[in-house]
Amino acid sequence: MVSSFFQENEFFLDQSRCIGCQACVQACGECDTHRGHAMIHLEYIDRPTGVQTAPVVCMHCEDPTCAKVCPADAIKQDDDGIVHSAAKPRCVSCSNCVIACPFGVPKMNQGYELMMKCDMCYDRTSVGKKPMCATVCPSDALFFGKREEIERIRQEKPVNEFQFGMQTVKTKVNMMTAPEADNVPVDISDFMAGSTFQLPQSRSGAPDAALSAVFELPEIVRLAKDQPVEELHV
Amino acid sequence: MRDIRKKILIFRQETWSGPFTAKTDSSAPHTSERTVTFQVTMSQNAQARALAIGATAALLTVGGIYFGSGQLEHFDPALFWYAIASVLAAFAVGYRFTLWASRPPSRMYFKRALQMLLRSGPKYAAAKAPSAEVEIAKSAAVNFGAQNFIRKRSYFRWIMHLCLSGGCTLAFAVTFPLVFGWIHFGTPLDDAETYQVIAFGITVDTFSIHSVKAFLAFNALNIAAVFVLIGLVMAGYRRLTDAGERAVQTFYEDILPLILIAAVTVTGIALTISYKFFDGLYHGSMVWIHLITVVALIFYIPFGKLFHMFQRSCALAVTAYKKKGGAEAQAKCLVTGEDYAPQRHVDDLKIVLDQLGFNYRYTTEDGQEVHYQDISPKGRRRLIALNQGKALKR
Repeated sequence: MVSSFFQENEFFLDQSRCIGCQACVQACGECDTHRGHAMIHLEYIDRPTGVQTAPVVCMHCEDPTCAKVCPADAIKQDDDGIVHSAAKPRCVSCSNCVIACPFGVPKMNQGYELMMKCDMCYDRTSVGKKPMCATVCPSDALFFGKREEIERIRQEKPVNEFQFGMQTVKTKVNMMTAPEADNVPVDISDFMAGSTFQLPQSRSGAPDAALSAVFELPEIVRLAKDQPVEELHV
Repeated sequence: MRDIRKKILIFRQETWSGPFTAKTDSSAPHTSERTVTFQVTMSQNAQARALAIGATAALLTVGGIYFGSGQLEHFDPALFWYAIASVLAAFAVGYRFTLWASRPPSRMYFKRALQMLLRSGPKYAAAKAPSAEVEIAKSAAVNFGAQNFIRKRSYFRWIMHLCLSGGCTLAFAVTFPLVFGWIHFGTPLDDAETYQVIAFGITVDTFSIHSVKAFLAFNALNIAAVFVLIGLVMAGYRRLTDAGERAVQTFYEDILPLILIAAVTVTGIALTISYKFFDGLYHGSMVWIHLITVVALIFYIPFGKLFHMFQRSCALAVTAYKKKGGAEAQAKCLVTGEDYAPQRHVDDLKIVLDQLGFNYRYTTEDGQEVHYQDISPKGRRRLIALNQGKALKR
């Protein structure tokens, strides 16, 4: 039975709003259940060519792949739908969960022989407080609150369904996406290793850094194509 | 199962080239029919196998008691109910262990460990193959004996766990052989001051009742109880004060085992205090209370937190598997282009995912399969963000 707090409040993730300030990373380690370790990932998407960063929290799948592939039965989902860190007596640090999670969330602490992961700050959310990361995020890339509120303040639409090839994954955490979309199809072919990113020619919204002249510098273009660059003069 | 692996291996051998359009087909069936059928038959088999192995474990215990005690000649009737509880617990442990070990991921590790010992199973290009025997022995010493991984988590918990596991192991090592009639004590006819330890009908040790050895032997359970009590106090303190634990602990998994162990320890010590200092005051009824607490603890072992003492056997298989995989060919991520895990591990996980009914496969335009497992966790984190950006045209 989902508690009333989780019925009223949901997690909404909009990675495109991330400004890479690392506040979430610092706050994450403060959580009692994380014991000083930041469980959130702040991913640099393609550092040589852009400034884009993305926070990655656990999406808390309805049917968690990590828990299913655990040989030790160590990963449990509670009544609120939160998928917890591996049970300390059970985890054998095999890394099945780390490699199998479709979102790349669990972290393996090899010394502890223990998988630890984002548990939506269960020490806080179980007593009616927001998760640390959503509390400190200045751009609301990480937002925890009521659905009506996010629908009122955003153009994007929250969805909780992802399509990985033939596998549909439903999650507790919502991802903000295009208003016409019902799910997030996860495409691989556009983002293969070695291929350079093609920015769309006409982009909606205000002109931004990605379109500025710096990205047309010959050195940057060579870097983006993985070609050797002698020295950068920016 | 072999079919699936063959298919994946064939796919892996193909050198996959160039960009392609991955089709995301949500109308495709969630799992193939073959996988579903496999799951159903496996779970029925596992159930039957678990019952059979549980029954075998119980029968072995009965046989061990009957023959180990010299056809019940040295069986102590006062310990009858302990013996009955042990037989039932042996069944439950055998049953639960088999059901757990039959789950696809656990089964895979045990199978691979066995194959490593038998020098069979899938082969990968390797720099040097570490010996599975050495790895398993090393892991048993470091993880089971010294419990090094708990020390790294925290010294407090390490000492706590050593006290609890060491004390309980000592107590069980004393009581089970006594309950089963495997060990009994005697004195030579001409010398009441000398004590004999007789195991399986053979006198293995003789010592004076005034020796240090005698003191240790007579007080083994009391010594164990002191260690367990220290561990219990530490564990109780942690359960009451650690905010992280308090947020996620449950009564059945985390509090009940402490209460059960405490009940056994306290009633056990009370028996000693009763006959040593109070001329056996309430000793008769205390014996029954102690019996009830011990039986409750023995029945809890297969069904709760304490089952980890059996489950951790999987850690031995995993350590050897990781060492072997580390020396072998590594999988290269399709998105980041970096090595991220042993190829063996990635391939085995694909089999496990199939058995569990997950299908993270993509098809390329020319009908080739691409598995999402071929992308590293880091690559996946980037993919999700890039795809969100693509959907939002940002």
